[in-house]
Amino acid sequence: MVDIGITSYGTHIPRYRLSRKTISTAMGWLNQGTLPGEKAVANHDEDSLTMAVAAGMDCLERSEQMKIDSVYFASTTPPYQERESAAILAAALDIHTNIRTADFAGSLKAGTSAILSAYDCLKGEGARSILVCASDCRLGKPGSFQESLFGDGAVAFSFGTDGVIASLEGSYSVSYDFPDYRRSGGDKFVRTVEDRFIREEGYAKFVAEAISGLLRRYELEAKDFAKVAYPCLNVREHASIGKRLGFQPSQIQEPLLTAIGESGVASPMMLLAAMLEEAKPGDNILLTSYGNGADALFFKITDEIKKAKGKGSLKGCLASKKELTNYEQYLVFRGILPVETGFGGDVATTQLPLTWRERKEIIALCGSLCKRCGTPHYPPQRICVNPACGTVDEMEDYRFSDKRGTLFSYTADHITASIKPPLLYGMIDFQGGGRYVFELTDCEFDSLKIGMPIEMSLRRKYFDESRGIVGYFWKAIPIKE
Amino acid sequence: MPEGIKDKVAIIGMGCTKFGELWDKSAEDLMVDAFQEALEDAGIEKKDIQAAWQSNQFTEISTGHSALPLSTTLKLSFIPVTRVENLCASGTEALRAASYAVASGACDIALAVGVEKVKDLGLGGLPRANEDIVSLGTRGRVIFPSWLNPNPGMFAMMAVRYFDRYGLSIEEGKRTLAKISVKSHHNGTLNPKAHLRREITVEDVLKAPIIAWPLGLYDCCGVSDGAAAAIVARADIARNFRPDPVYIKALQIAADSGESLMYQGYDYTHVETTHHAAVKAYQEAGIKKPREDISMMEVHDCFSITELVIYEDLLISPRGKAKEDVDAGFFELSGKIPCQPDGGLKCFGHPTGASGLRMLYEMYKQLQGKAGPRQIKNPKLGLTHNLGGQPPLSVCSVCILGRKDWEK
Repeated sequence: MVDIGITSYGTHIPRYRLSRKTISTAMGWLNQGTLPGEKAVANHDEDSLTMAVAAGMDCLERSEQMKIDSVYFASTTPPYQERESAAILAAALDIHTNIRTADFAGSLKAGTSAILSAYDCLKGEGARSILVCASDCRLGKPGSFQESLFGDGAVAFSFGTDGVIASLEGSYSVSYDFPDYRRSGGDKFVRTVEDRFIREEGYAKFVAEAISGLLRRYELEAKDFAKVAYPCLNVREHASIGKRLGFQPSQIQEPLLTAIGESGVASPMMLLAAMLEEAKPGDNILLTSYGNGADALFFKITDEIKKAKGKGSLKGCLASKKELTNYEQYLVFRGILPVETGFGGDVATTQLPLTWRERKEIIALCGSLCKRCGTPHYPPQRICVNPACGTVDEMEDYRFSDKRGTLFSYTADHITASIKPPLLYGMIDFQGGGRYVFELTDCEFDSLKIGMPIEMSLRRKYFDESRGIVGYFWKAIPIKE
Repeated sequence: MPEGIKDKVAIIGMGCTKFGELWDKSAEDLMVDAFQEALEDAGIEKKDIQAAWQSNQFTEISTGHSALPLSTTLKLSFIPVTRVENLCASGTEALRAASYAVASGACDIALAVGVEKVKDLGLGGLPRANEDIVSLGTRGRVIFPSWLNPNPGMFAMMAVRYFDRYGLSIEEGKRTLAKISVKSHHNGTLNPKAHLRREITVEDVLKAPIIAWPLGLYDCCGVSDGAAAAIVARADIARNFRPDPVYIKALQIAADSGESLMYQGYDYTHVETTHHAAVKAYQEAGIKKPREDISMMEVHDCFSITELVIYEDLLISPRGKAKEDVDAGFFELSGKIPCQPDGGLKCFGHPTGASGLRMLYEMYKQLQGKAGPRQIKNPKLGLTHNLGGQPPLSVCSVCILGRKDWEK
């Protein structure tokens, strides 16, 4: 039988970390936090979709020219209630259009639902390669336990039958309409119920039920697994669930609570990536999600994992971070605290027919390449800009989003309104040709130098609140040396 | 090289309002003020004007589209009027249109009026592309980084490259730029029409808050309201109106084709359009040695770094050597080629539709010996340089005015 499973993976953890001490310093007067460590916080120009794109790019970079048939996006915090995120994701990744896209939403187990759907689709030969991105950016009310608990992040997996590094061997699911978390209407913050009720009546029971169900179904025992992973809503309960099921502490995947936080739909997927980074051929690993029940998934690591070794991205993401020392800045980044940015008036209307027509230029950062002289152009041109060429209509699409470049010049603009002033932007020279001006993000002014290497990242450029339009565009990020 | 319009067109009258934050004046008031001064200066009647052009960039926040605001405000009955716009270089476009009309023989006397009423916006800076007007279109707005006002940053990046290329530390570079602003501020104190009339010191410039690093407040021109007007006539009839008309020796425009912005050949330490417009203007005027022949200049000092590279692009200072000329006082009022004798954009601010004509107004007055305390001794040729856009994507006009007897 052909292996069906993970062929590649990628992660994105936003650059900023908020220490839980910083939260208690600001909000301790209301509610003394008890959680240790820090949480990952999306930059002001990031959301679940942009993080998914970053993870997706990371994943596809590792795979060899994969032909993606379907793109699934799993999140409880999609940018639009109506307008498919998976379609935006596929467009941003410049994946062709003859594909199936779907959003998985509404539950913290949406990521494992997407994986299981991908598996079924591959098994039924409905597709050959499927990209699953899970991402979340959930908000707890200031001062709440959830505020400390939740962190932001995204993970992407490609599933297929060629070059499988971890084959999906089986699963066991339970579903309950358990009233732990909810958002309805225009809720910005996750609404919840007594923590003890969630922990004892839901979390501990469903995770255990899914895992023991899986062990029973496949006649396995705890000791058959190199690692088991499940999200952590509570440090003590997390440990005791494993213990009750017969797992040794060394078998239980460290849940990243102190490094990232509980990253919603991305959380179990992040743990899966963490297990893959340490896995050896022949290992069995067990992943369980939690949310309105639980999905337990059982993977077997193949020899192909050796090829993926050394490319692990999660460790890199965890290591590359910047502490956000100011709690109020976190509130502003996440849109909780409205601030005066010094400009009046609303954002002008977005010309949607134009953004549709120029979608490859905008969302996929596609320019054009002169077939005659090889000059890349951004934005795309019909007539070659090379003064020695000038050829008309001999262009082909040329993607800049995955090209690296260098910072040719830069500035810190103190008068243009920005959530994180000064606004940084620079002239980018792409490797292989092409030049344009891009905003710089995920960096500090003092770190900028002429000639430094950069890579591109999709970000939120603006949000037209009055019309509900998110303007996405690409920015440049200095590459960590 | 076509024969051009050298000595075919003369300016016979000009007007210029005081520039500033003119809260009590409308765009229409400013047009009337500039026009009446020009008309009186030319000594003609309104009915003698046979065609008119209005330059105005941000019409959305002032007069509205078309040139009907000009014809209705000035009551120019049933003659052709047209609005022209070419970003911050719009003012010179109006003169170019009027001059070409006269040079072609289509009319004998034509009018150019430039106006901009920016301060009605109720915000600092120039109008913003995302909210006040959709001047860039969504495409420009979506893909350009600073979708509000990218100008300071786009010029600041030229300073970064320039300093790097010529081995100037940020401090050394800023000090050189500071001298340019100090010079213009001094000239502005001598001009009652200037917006800012205050001496500043190099230390003031260096201590000022940063606008777009490395440029600080005094490296940037102000934003103001204003209008200026020119009446041009066929050169062969110009002396019928006044004894001292000023002749257009050259008027050239160069626009980028995108190569500076999208192709990696551009060094970002100069403005390519300025160089091209200058070379063509010198050819049209028959100027072989600009450093020796040009008597004075009014250039587009939107930012101090712009003025520094203009010296080089106009072939006045050798590449990389403008600093030496700045240090030697070459461009000061008492120097070899005074630059910005009226105070420049630095002191006038920049009502974009009017600035080009304001520069011409100063050259015109200087050539007639009517510049008062700023009068330059016996100038023969005056150059104006009007730049629209940003260093990697710009449109530039260079106009050379002179007395009839130059070369003789």
